[in-house]
Amino acid sequence: MSAAALAAGQRIDGFELLEHVHRGGMASLWRVASADLAEPALMKVPAVQDDPAAIVGFEVEQMIMPLLGGPHVPRFFAAGGFEAQPYIVMEYIDGPSLRARLDDAPLPPDEVARIGASIAEALHDLHLQHVIHLDVKPSNILFRPGNEAVLIDYGLARHERLPDLLAEEFRLPLGTGPYISPEQVLGVRDDPRSDLFALGAILYHLATGQRAFGTPTSVAALRKRLYRAPVPPRQHNPNCPPWLQEILLHCLEVDPERRYGSAAQAAFELAHPQLVALTTRSQRLADDSLGQQLRRWFRSVQPLPMQHGVARQLRRAPIVLAAVDVSEEWEALADALRDASDRVLQAEAHARLACVSVLKTARIGLGDPTDEAGQNRHIQRLVQLQHWARPLALPAHRLTCHVLESPDPVAAIVDFARSNLVDHIVIGSRGASGLRRYLGSVSTQVVAEAPCSVTVVNVPRQDSPQAASVQ
Amino acid sequence: MTIALLTDIHANREAFEACLAHAVEHGTRQYAFLGDFVGYGADPQWVLDTLIEHVDRGAIALLGNHDAAALGTLNGRLNPGAQQCIEWTRARLSPAHLHFLSQLPLTAEDGSCLFAHANGWDPGNFEYVFGPFEAGRSMRVARSRITFCGHMHEPMLYHMGLAQRVEAFAPVPGTPIPLSPSRRWLALPGSVGQPRDGNPAACYATFDELTAMLTYWRVPYDHQRAAAKVIEAGLPAYLAKVLMTGGTL
Repeated sequence: MSAAALAAGQRIDGFELLEHVHRGGMASLWRVASADLAEPALMKVPAVQDDPAAIVGFEVEQMIMPLLGGPHVPRFFAAGGFEAQPYIVMEYIDGPSLRARLDDAPLPPDEVARIGASIAEALHDLHLQHVIHLDVKPSNILFRPGNEAVLIDYGLARHERLPDLLAEEFRLPLGTGPYISPEQVLGVRDDPRSDLFALGAILYHLATGQRAFGTPTSVAALRKRLYRAPVPPRQHNPNCPPWLQEILLHCLEVDPERRYGSAAQAAFELAHPQLVALTTRSQRLADDSLGQQLRRWFRSVQPLPMQHGVARQLRRAPIVLAAVDVSEEWEALADALRDASDRVLQAEAHARLACVSVLKTARIGLGDPTDEAGQNRHIQRLVQLQHWARPLALPAHRLTCHVLESPDPVAAIVDFARSNLVDHIVIGSRGASGLRRYLGSVSTQVVAEAPCSVTVVNVPRQDSPQAASVQ
Repeated sequence: MTIALLTDIHANREAFEACLAHAVEHGTRQYAFLGDFVGYGADPQWVLDTLIEHVDRGAIALLGNHDAAALGTLNGRLNPGAQQCIEWTRARLSPAHLHFLSQLPLTAEDGSCLFAHANGWDPGNFEYVFGPFEAGRSMRVARSRITFCGHMHEPMLYHMGLAQRVEAFAPVPGTPIPLSPSRRWLALPGSVGQPRDGNPAACYATFDELTAMLTYWRVPYDHQRAAAKVIEAGLPAYLAKVLMTGGTL
């Protein structure tokens, strides 16, 4: 039975076809209803059943989709194999795809950043599930009514713990011309940072109204991105701010090692434009010189760099939050906290550190942060935080400092960790002081409520019983 | 219905007990034992008694080359250490054990699955599935979509799509793998009683026939005790070392 022969009203395995919503080159989409489902769902049916690439892609999607969860993936309901009518039934996402927005490009920088952050968050969620999408493009990104990005179409995806049916079957690059990463062009299918390259290409288009690499169709044309850098976005659109160009070109680095270490790190910068460390990337206004192109070309014919896989790459690139109390009283604790942070950062070369200090505000009225005194306190705290972080000698792109104003330090730290996809919190414990007995321990509550691992640091006591007992 | 696939138990009571307990915990109702129940290890009687109980309750059990050697029906010889073990084993088996071994078939079929000890193309010759070449040979002749084999002690999964290209995949323990219905699969669960991939933990797999999900498992067990028993029994000392390290023979 071919997809073309399907008609509204027909039933497949208990699903009634309601309405044909899309006919594409690879698949047809139907809205379907079933007695087992509370609301109509989407049925995807391969358009052709004699094209090996389409069949394997459909198999891959059938294999991966049931294993995925969370808000950034359509829920999987059912699948049918090629022995009868192949199909996948999934959640119907009632929201627009990003494709429509391309016509409005160039979009305002803040909107590009907002869209980019929600896509990056969705990608990070997918990567945490051991899956690389490998075909991230505007038509594969939908938005829920609450603006959460949903990634669809897993026909080219790779699950790092399952056999890769595609890599083995096809020797041509798998991806979509304008968005495919350089390493995918070379046949690499296990680097989550390939999705960050595609994200960069999408945001480039949204920010400039131009495609970063045109619409190449031949392998030779695809290979060009191995040695030709895209035109700097600000050359297309002078209104593109340096911080946005920095982020775009950071995503579009040819060598994955030079891109963001994780989608969470890209989301972090997109959510904090004012904290983006500007490098020469942000300043470029002209195409690469011939010399630079030649150097890149030579690099492009070198052997491939080492691959790390999904989970391992995410472990290499955590976001670490140091919750610092910079008051003099706790200087020794702040030093111990810095040592502990340093050890975490030393272990992972792609880790980035967010230093956070909470400026406690009264619950009502007092200490208005907008008045001059409030601003001074804020700036003073920020300066202290930067001073605290200086001995770590981190490059600017791996370090940010944040002063949060809140009546509730625990909630402020935990919220920051959650909304910035933090992997690890390092926090000091104030020990058994009278103050702590009175106020309760911040670190203990952070441990209880944090969405990630927490390391609690103590100052080693000079007169500890262990030290005294050493003969 | 989940079926547990256990193979190359090799008279290792500790490993076998640990895998059976693990399988029960994971909801297994059915068992397929793919041969090589004796040889190398010090507990052939206990292992065979346990197998007989399971077969009486409907489990599949197949003949392996070491089992055939114990019966004296194997064409060709085992390696000298294995041969020494088989002679030691034979002296300890009861007529009931020998009768059980003599009744074992070389293959079994169940729905879309073929079970064999060594391979699907000629199960009686005990040739090994060393890699994709032999795996393809096996998958092309099998009537069933999915073949389960023992004999190779390392866990591995082979598959073949419409283009007939055979690919190998090293499974990640504990991750369910959906066996797509549009291709052929050959699954080697790895050895329960004598893993040889550098990890001493026992290997086995479970397969959910309803969802076509295959899961490979690694089960740590008291391998020191199993190794000590090998030494106490006077079996070749290097076999104890293989158990301790998960090393090669």
